[in-house]
Amino acid sequence: MTLSSHGQLPTILRRHQRDILTEWIRFQMRSTATRRELISEADLERESSEFLNAFIKAAEAGGATTGDLSAPEWQAVREMLEQLSRSRAQQGFSPSETATFVLSLKQPIFDRLRREVKDVESLADETWSVTVVLDALGLRTMEAYQKRREDIITQQQQEMLELSTPVVTMWQGILALPLIGTLDSARTQVVMESLLQRIVDTGSLIAILDITGVPTVDTLVAQHLLKTVAAARLMGADCIISGIRPQIAQTIVHLGVDLNSVTTKATLADAFAVAMKRLGLGVTKVAASPKAPASIETALPGGA
Amino acid sequence: MERIPILKMGRFLLVSIQVDMHDQLAMQLQDDLTQRIADTGAHGVLIDISSLEIVDSFIGRMLGNIAAMSRVLDAQTVVVGMRPAVAITLVELGMSLSGVRTALNIEQGMDMLSASADTAAERGNVHVAN
Repeated sequence: MTLSSHGQLPTILRRHQRDILTEWIRFQMRSTATRRELISEADLERESSEFLNAFIKAAEAGGATTGDLSAPEWQAVREMLEQLSRSRAQQGFSPSETATFVLSLKQPIFDRLRREVKDVESLADETWSVTVVLDALGLRTMEAYQKRREDIITQQQQEMLELSTPVVTMWQGILALPLIGTLDSARTQVVMESLLQRIVDTGSLIAILDITGVPTVDTLVAQHLLKTVAAARLMGADCIISGIRPQIAQTIVHLGVDLNSVTTKATLADAFAVAMKRLGLGVTKVAASPKAPASIETALPGGA
Repeated sequence: MERIPILKMGRFLLVSIQVDMHDQLAMQLQDDLTQRIADTGAHGVLIDISSLEIVDSFIGRMLGNIAAMSRVLDAQTVVVGMRPAVAITLVELGMSLSGVRTALNIEQGMDMLSASADTAAERGNVHVAN
């Protein structure tokens, strides 16, 4: 890079700032035509003009000659871009739509350079330095976008983990743990800890693990379940596994998983009935009610 | 030398582990307990580990061994009050202590022992009557 090229680019940019901005916005509106609903024209204009301003300032400070974005001249541009791509990621823009914001600035700047710089060699130099900077900015945008997306995923994972492991008391001495979603090692750990803690807190004798909401059971999931059952047994509480769907029963047998050591029931109601019976409790019908289905007495056999 | 006390309560023996177990102490407990079962002719042993915060595979095996030895000497063993962290550790170590009976607290453990001792006594009576 020669000193003359360092002088030329910022001057050209500053002189034609308005034209470049107009062309840039037009180009963006064309390419993001389908995304009008996500961002208003006024916002786009404001963001574009702020960015262009910061970009020219950085170029004037000498940043464009090196193409090194970690230089202090680029600080403001970097921060603005990261902020922008974070908010785009949240608004639901696609990666290429987000990157287009910076990359579409190339065309208007190249047009200006071609018109203003007559010397072929310095035109090539200027074009090259602008390309390097804009590409680096584009990559930076993608990184920030990706990072924001990953943050969202991590946050959701965390929330799901907390939401999906409630331990409910069904009766004095009977706990139920409705498991919903895939069981992996991390979740099993949380499930086990919260169940065991609740067993201590409530002094419950029986815990029902309901796996109606677990989509698939493989050997690993079965092993996790058995571990939970074994830990509860060590503390002195019995476990019943309920909510085993027909397909899952088939899978378990085909996989050769041994569930003989655990009481298993098809539905949560069956498991609850067994738990009541073990504690010497029963359900009786107090009075005839026309609304109650006739089968309720047989579903939960009363008396002990 | 430090020892874990073994208390006699009627037909049963009560062992309450209040200190951190080390291997020597565990071996000593095995010796003492088998001796006491033989001496007293107790029908049940209640091991309270609610104060036990740290277990390793040796202590886990010791609990299993004690249960097996007591069974040979015709006494039921119930381990009571295991902490959640201890239970998780034992399961992760692959020791589910399948031969050991467990209860949440002393009271329930005592009920469990009484119930099984009563049924054993009844069975014994029937046998004698025949």
